[in-house]
Amino acid sequence: MSMQTGLATSTTQLRTYAPATDVSVAAPAPRLEIARAEPVTAHRNPRTEPGPIRFIIIALAIAFLSVFVVLPLVVVFASAFSKGVVAYFAALAEPEALAAIKLTLLVAAISVTLNLVFGVVAAWAISKFEFAGKTFLITLIDLPFSVSPVISGLVFVLLFGAQGYFGSWLQAHNVHILFAVPGIALATIFVTFPFVARALIPLMQEQGTQEEEAAISLGASGLQTFFRVTLPNIKWGLLYGVLLCNARAMGEFGAVSVVSGHIRGETNTMPLLVEILYNEYQFVASFAIASLLAMLALITLVAKTILERRLDEAEVPDGD
Amino acid sequence: MAIEVKNIVKRFGSFAALDNVDLKVADGELLALLGPSGSGKTTLLRIIAGLDWPDSGEVAIDGENALSRGASERQVGFVFQHYALFRHMTVFENVAFGLRVQPRAIRKDEATIRARVKNLLDLVQLDWLANRYPSQLSGGQRQRIALARALAIEPRILLLDEPFGALDAKVRKELRQWLRSLHNEIHVTSIFVTHDQEEALEVANRVVVMDKGKIEQIGSPGEVYDNPATAFVHGFIGESIVLPVDVAGDAVRLDGRPLNIPALGAASGAAKLFVRRHDMAVGPAGTGALEGAIRHVRSFGPIQRAEVALAGSEGRTVIEIDAPRDRELQAGEIVSLQPRRYRIFAAQE
Repeated sequence: MSMQTGLATSTTQLRTYAPATDVSVAAPAPRLEIARAEPVTAHRNPRTEPGPIRFIIIALAIAFLSVFVVLPLVVVFASAFSKGVVAYFAALAEPEALAAIKLTLLVAAISVTLNLVFGVVAAWAISKFEFAGKTFLITLIDLPFSVSPVISGLVFVLLFGAQGYFGSWLQAHNVHILFAVPGIALATIFVTFPFVARALIPLMQEQGTQEEEAAISLGASGLQTFFRVTLPNIKWGLLYGVLLCNARAMGEFGAVSVVSGHIRGETNTMPLLVEILYNEYQFVASFAIASLLAMLALITLVAKTILERRLDEAEVPDGD
Repeated sequence: MAIEVKNIVKRFGSFAALDNVDLKVADGELLALLGPSGSGKTTLLRIIAGLDWPDSGEVAIDGENALSRGASERQVGFVFQHYALFRHMTVFENVAFGLRVQPRAIRKDEATIRARVKNLLDLVQLDWLANRYPSQLSGGQRQRIALARALAIEPRILLLDEPFGALDAKVRKELRQWLRSLHNEIHVTSIFVTHDQEEALEVANRVVVMDKGKIEQIGSPGEVYDNPATAFVHGFIGESIVLPVDVAGDAVRLDGRPLNIPALGAASGAAKLFVRRHDMAVGPAGTGALEGAIRHVRSFGPIQRAEVALAGSEGRTVIEIDAPRDRELQAGEIVSLQPRRYRIFAAQE
């Protein structure tokens, strides 16, 4: 009985609603026609530009890239091989060139290794702990990016140069920092410091601390937690940072130029040697070394693209 | 293992997350920490686990001081709201983790570890997922794996932080019953944190209701529901009708009109009358303590929920009551309401 009365009331409600809807449909009808008139005149996808504009924009972008990126790259290789393949390899086999390549590799190895450690430590501190001065530390990490490399080099001259703060002490103890490998390494470390930390901080912040907490509650020690949980989670980001850090370490000119002293065969890195040879009108030799740096750039670019793809995969949120 | 928490104080800046909390958990109990967000329940759980440290107070697990040990030494199973599975490891390796990181002296051999992981995966009924990665699992499956992982270290106690909070309603219900029966099977002392009263009442042996860093009431699900100790508990657990009243001696007045119900020992002054929706008996006009006009009725299942505008309040006080469907109520009807069971708490402030 009670159910029936319930049904009855709901049907009467439906009926009373019905005329109301009829009216509302009838009223806006003329307005609909006005609205329809517009799309006919401009019937195109609103998310894209008309053909000619699209063409101009794409052509501009390609032209710009060709002139400013592809053309210089072609010129580097063309000049390097302008006297033939034999001259190219002869230039690379020069003792001075070999010394520069060796020095560059050594400095890159030192600075990348140290920045790997510093970067992980800094990123770890920033993303996993709360402490006073955190914002300041984040700003400080970016400092090398915002300072001109020449100034970065000058800082070390002021510190370790003959007239610098530690200059006399260093001289008295016969320690060579400036115009030697340590100075070049220091300048490079300074300039390339942000790469690893910058690559890791957002990644580690996004991943949070829960997996580490889980590991610790399962009995893992700090080191076990780092090597078994944290490191695997950040490995692609870490490689990405190392890659960029390495590219910059090998290619750094300004800061290294200030502290190197340009001692031939001893303190010239590849970028410095490129400039010296060019100034001496040894174009083939100069561009041969430059071509090595250009190749490094190309390899870095490819590796970077692959790593970015990996990073995207690693960051796929494990949706609930 | 029994857990004893004494005088725990924890502040975050000027905010007191835990304000002198005492709690005893008996061996084998399944206890719920229930409270709104910010009540300190998760902080308390994390302190017991060793993932947070109190400013002062004591925590003892099985009679021994837990605060002198780090989280990794407490042998406490912890299950996180968002699972916290190791994303780069398979399900199998996730569960095996706690066994693989044991000090070499007590670490079991590979065959034993494999057998134990297999057992745990069987226990959570997910052995067929052993080689998948966490991102390939559903939320419910992930949480069961997280539980298996926590059980792998043979924890002395099991702590679950909003274990079903991130799951949808249906999976939640299934997992609740599953957790209940799992606990019956393995009997490890367990504490779980929830803000969902239904979950707490349905799963736990005992419920601890918390608010603003303090424990409001500890009792069985029946006790906290039927005999709430404070206004907060009454308002937080179950749906309640709350009416501002005045108590003078044994008389209770609403808007100056006597209600003809005893004050049940409440102190004189401003107070709040708490009645469960289903404890409000509906009768013909003129027979009860309150009177009002029904504005709207919705019927579903065994009950009908009616909105009643109380008389004498110019229709401003509207309450919702649940009545059985033995007599269909009609909108517009004038009815009287009589609280069958109620509590009166002195108004705070």
